[in-house]
Amino acid sequence: MSDVSTPDTVAAALSTSAPVKGRSLWADARTRLVRNRAALASIVVLTFVAIACIVGPLVTGHDYDQVYQDYVRVPAQWQAYPTPDQIGPAVDRIASRMRAKVESQQVTGDTLRVTLTAPRAIDERLLVYFERSDLFRTAKVVEKADEGKKLVADVPIKRNHFLFGTDSNGRDLLTRTLFAGRISLAIGVLATTVAILIGVLWGATAGYLGGRIDNLMMRAVDVLYSLPFIFFVILLVVFFGRNFVLMFLAVGAVEWLDMARIVRGQTLSIKRQEYVQAAEALGVTTGGILRRHVIPNTLGPVVVYMTLLVPKVILLESFLSFLGLGVQEPMTSWGVLIAEGAKNIQGSTWMLVFPSIFLTGTLFCLNFIGDGLRDALDPKDR
Amino acid sequence: MGLYVIRRLLSAIPTLFLIVTISFFLIRVAPGGPFDLERPLEAKVMENLRKIYQLDQPLWYQYWLYLSALMRGDLGPSFYFRDFTIGELFARGLPISMRLGFTALLLAVVVGGTLGVIAAFRQNQPTDYAVVGLATFGITVPTFVVAPILQIVFGLTLSWFPVGGWNDGAVRNTVLPILTLALPQVAVVARMTRAAMIEVLRSNHVRTLRANGLPLPVIVRHALRGAALPVVSYLGPAAAALLTGSVVVETIFGIPGIGRYFVEGALNRDYTLVMGTVIVIAIFVLVFNLLVDLVYALIDPRVRYE
Amino acid sequence: MSAEAPILSLRALDVRFRTTDGELRAVRGVSLDVAPGETLAIVGESGSGKSQTMMAVMGLLASNGFATGSVKVAGEEILGLSPRELNRFRGSRLGMIFQEPMTSLDPLYRIGDQISEPLRAHGKMSKGAARARALELLTLVGIPRPQERLDSYPHELSGGQRQRVMIAMALANRPEVLIADEPTTALDVTIQAQILELLADLKRRFGMAIVFITHDLGIVRRFADRVVVMKGGEIVETGATAEVFSQPREAYTRMLLAAEPTGRKEPPPNDSPPVIEARDVRVTFQLRKGFFGGQSSELKAVDGVDLLLRRGGTTGVVGESGSGKSTLGRAILRLTPAAGSVRYEDRDLMPLGRDGMRPLRKQLQLVFQDPFGSLSPRMTVGEIITEGLLVHEPGVTRSERDRRAAQALEEVSLDPSARNRFPHEFSGGQRQRIAIARAMILKPRLVVLDEPTSALDRSVQKDIVDLLRRLQRQYDLSYLFISHDLSVVRALSDEILVMKSGKVVERGTTEQIFADPQEPYTKALMAAAFLSAQAIE
Repeated sequence: MSDVSTPDTVAAALSTSAPVKGRSLWADARTRLVRNRAALASIVVLTFVAIACIVGPLVTGHDYDQVYQDYVRVPAQWQAYPTPDQIGPAVDRIASRMRAKVESQQVTGDTLRVTLTAPRAIDERLLVYFERSDLFRTAKVVEKADEGKKLVADVPIKRNHFLFGTDSNGRDLLTRTLFAGRISLAIGVLATTVAILIGVLWGATAGYLGGRIDNLMMRAVDVLYSLPFIFFVILLVVFFGRNFVLMFLAVGAVEWLDMARIVRGQTLSIKRQEYVQAAEALGVTTGGILRRHVIPNTLGPVVVYMTLLVPKVILLESFLSFLGLGVQEPMTSWGVLIAEGAKNIQGSTWMLVFPSIFLTGTLFCLNFIGDGLRDALDPKDR
Repeated sequence: MGLYVIRRLLSAIPTLFLIVTISFFLIRVAPGGPFDLERPLEAKVMENLRKIYQLDQPLWYQYWLYLSALMRGDLGPSFYFRDFTIGELFARGLPISMRLGFTALLLAVVVGGTLGVIAAFRQNQPTDYAVVGLATFGITVPTFVVAPILQIVFGLTLSWFPVGGWNDGAVRNTVLPILTLALPQVAVVARMTRAAMIEVLRSNHVRTLRANGLPLPVIVRHALRGAALPVVSYLGPAAAALLTGSVVVETIFGIPGIGRYFVEGALNRDYTLVMGTVIVIAIFVLVFNLLVDLVYALIDPRVRYE
Repeated sequence: MSAEAPILSLRALDVRFRTTDGELRAVRGVSLDVAPGETLAIVGESGSGKSQTMMAVMGLLASNGFATGSVKVAGEEILGLSPRELNRFRGSRLGMIFQEPMTSLDPLYRIGDQISEPLRAHGKMSKGAARARALELLTLVGIPRPQERLDSYPHELSGGQRQRVMIAMALANRPEVLIADEPTTALDVTIQAQILELLADLKRRFGMAIVFITHDLGIVRRFADRVVVMKGGEIVETGATAEVFSQPREAYTRMLLAAEPTGRKEPPPNDSPPVIEARDVRVTFQLRKGFFGGQSSELKAVDGVDLLLRRGGTTGVVGESGSGKSTLGRAILRLTPAAGSVRYEDRDLMPLGRDGMRPLRKQLQLVFQDPFGSLSPRMTVGEIITEGLLVHEPGVTRSERDRRAAQALEEVSLDPSARNRFPHEFSGGQRQRIAIARAMILKPRLVVLDEPTSALDRSVQKDIVDLLRRLQRQYDLSYLFISHDLSVVRALSDEILVMKSGKVVERGTTEQIFADPQEPYTKALMAAAFLSAQAIE
């Protein structure tokens, strides 16, 4: 038999500095998760989305609430704005405000040479209109003629990229989508944390104490279940104002019920496990049993449920935001952006498409990771 | 059985009472009132309005008034839709929401169930992957994304169906809303049926059927009955939610159902409308939970209600 | 062996499973013949591939398994047939019954309908005719009140009755071969005997061949004409039963035959001081009746049991499942609320609460039946073994704990380097050694052994019994040994209590009980158990 040791192996085993390392269940689960291609790809994509949302708004070159009056609802494109056909009308508009006429205009590289004429002398200071537009920088006078009635100026063109286009207020949709991602992900994580905390505490207490207390605590959960609960979130949000903290408290407070049931069930079944009885027979205290036996063994299902709860919460938040009950302007979340996009599908589909891709992509990834984790932690298919 | 149903219905009364009480006070505690418009009303007008709707009475008395009206089946007048009682609003909106919801539910059971069974028998084959993929899509993509996409594709681009409107319930107008409502449900039912079927197909009693050389239809019949249990318990609450209307679908497609009433009522502090919606939904949930338990007993002889 | 052409013939059968950790070859080139009307036993320990061989024959492998080679029924190849073609054989010419009677019937359908199904599918019987035949079959397999039982659901039947229904189903179409995969293992010993009797009787009447898959050599000796011994997926020895038992050729077969725990225990001296003295111990459980409340009832799990256990002595507690023997063990350790009195040495344990008991727990230990469930899956073996030290000797340093863990593993003949591994990396026998090490590290006085060998293969059982005897001698331990397995009890106990429905129905020294059982219940237990033991002596 392989498990029979030869004498003096105690000394031998103690003297060797690196004893045999076992493979814990967590290590096994990690191996299985990494082998699951969908889950692995999802982890990569999700990491990328998260980093993009955190860092992105700083590097897009726009603020999330920066308004470009000249670029309201411009479509997504790879080339920088302004497009050549936008410059002409814009120059005409500025010229007319300067009470002048455009005699000629020519774009070389990033500079526009414009020649203005007017019946009276042109006030040079009015060139500031160029600067005030979103298309140009400070104009420089190159030449004056006809006693100031003719003016040649070099105007540098301000190049702006709107890779996702802009919204109805002329704000960069890329920046807003990434910024919205921050809010959505943050609410997802924070609300889930709230839900998990309440759920695990409630469920573990009920399950471990058992008896009448368990009965009472779970009856409370049952009653809460039969309430139309999504409406209570709406109630809370409507009546106590719309703010970020309340959002995740409200969502977290309704999503803990499932967690409580799962943890209670787990605790009950672990309590019946012989290793817990063995610990009791060793005289281990309740705290020790909870710490060393119950909690580590409920962790698996909790982690799985957590990954599946985050997308649920993000969805719930977007749903509330869609109804106009979520975060408020100029803050934004994916739900808010999609709601705006849905209102403008005629003509501005990009406003719907890009936030939807981010939202559904994130939800997809989280679901795949959750499923992957479940399979990894509880491999039924052998 | 009959006795059991009566007992369950009676035991629902305290729950309902609790819900009514919590909702009533929760709404009243909230800041703002039904007549706080953007342009403030004259003090005199305001006072009259409050008197008409008995809002000048002490809160506990209003609660008492509401409860005694409720006992008579009177849900009171709407504060926001001034010319209607809550009863009238529901009488008009509920059949519309229920019609959409019921059709979607039917689709979910028939289409979702069939897909789930097919996938389970073709586990880890292309058909299975296709069903699982579709199901994941249906569960993941929110309604408020699906609805506008359907509008773009079938309404604006192909012009097959109108983008919105009810049009007295013309079938053309109901297609897109029903599809939107059904998609996530089809997805969930397909997924649950698949998982439950796979579990049953692996069970020892199906092994017995195979060992006794029983043909596929017999195996399917046994497996379906076993797999129906988890699906039925999901369908109860899902049906309650579907039949009471969807805010998103009704808003996007402009449908005069009751799905929008809660949000509208809450936003406009229409106390009675909010209360009415809560009560209607709670009744649906309680009734469908009872139905689930009854169906459960029908399927599973181990469950007995005395 | 019959000269007739074999009814079932396997040639070079291989069974493989595709797993995430690579391909697993469970059956390796098995060839065997079953003559019409003979009883062939396939014997082996867990993992020997004996069940998978026959699952492959029936086309019942799990979806990741596949078989190669040849399986012929009366000369016709059936391996690789589609399920539809295979169904010409399954349930008509080949019948099979399984180890798990509790889960092998569909809980949602009536017994009568389930028995009728193979009749209607193969015999093309009408509904009425099938029902009439189902009634005959139920009568045949000895189900009481068969007419009523036709309309019963499986959960209304006991395990033994369900196995009878399974047999009725398998025999419905008069198969030429009945494959029985450990059909009695999950049943209580007295029921086991009845089921075996029934199978023997049915064979006499119908003359079908039986392939009996089992780990129990007693059954083999009593029922089989021929034996096939399997190990690691291969056949190691084949022969007529009498030959194999009297002159085993292979070392493995000899080891299996010798695996019955043998030897007796020396009783402790008469002046040995009492360790545990229990009087009128009672444990009552409240049972909730019905699904939604209703009035509750009581179950008297332990009903007035007296017990005296001396230093160095072992009391065996014997009974079938539900007899209250495990509950008694737990009551004595004060792990379950109980009434009556329990004295440990000179202390009364009954008034002590959780905290009061804690210091005593060092001396009162417990080892469980299930070596898979009794070790916390996320702790290392070292952490598991030393958990008691954290409670009772909190001053011990980490390195000292590590040394003690290594020493304890050594004591139960495990490699001390195992202490950094996790329980799932060990076999059943090794895990049970770990569980014993966990109890022994505290140097206890009394160990309650709750079926410590029941989940293990025979050859491993013997090793554990030897280990337990050695530890007892070495440390002058007292054991309360709870088991349904009389041969193991005999090898370990000085005194035996026979329990039934919470009461002690018979007690006496091991010699007395085994030589001259008084109660009918004890006699039934003996008769059932020594199907196997007597066969070997």
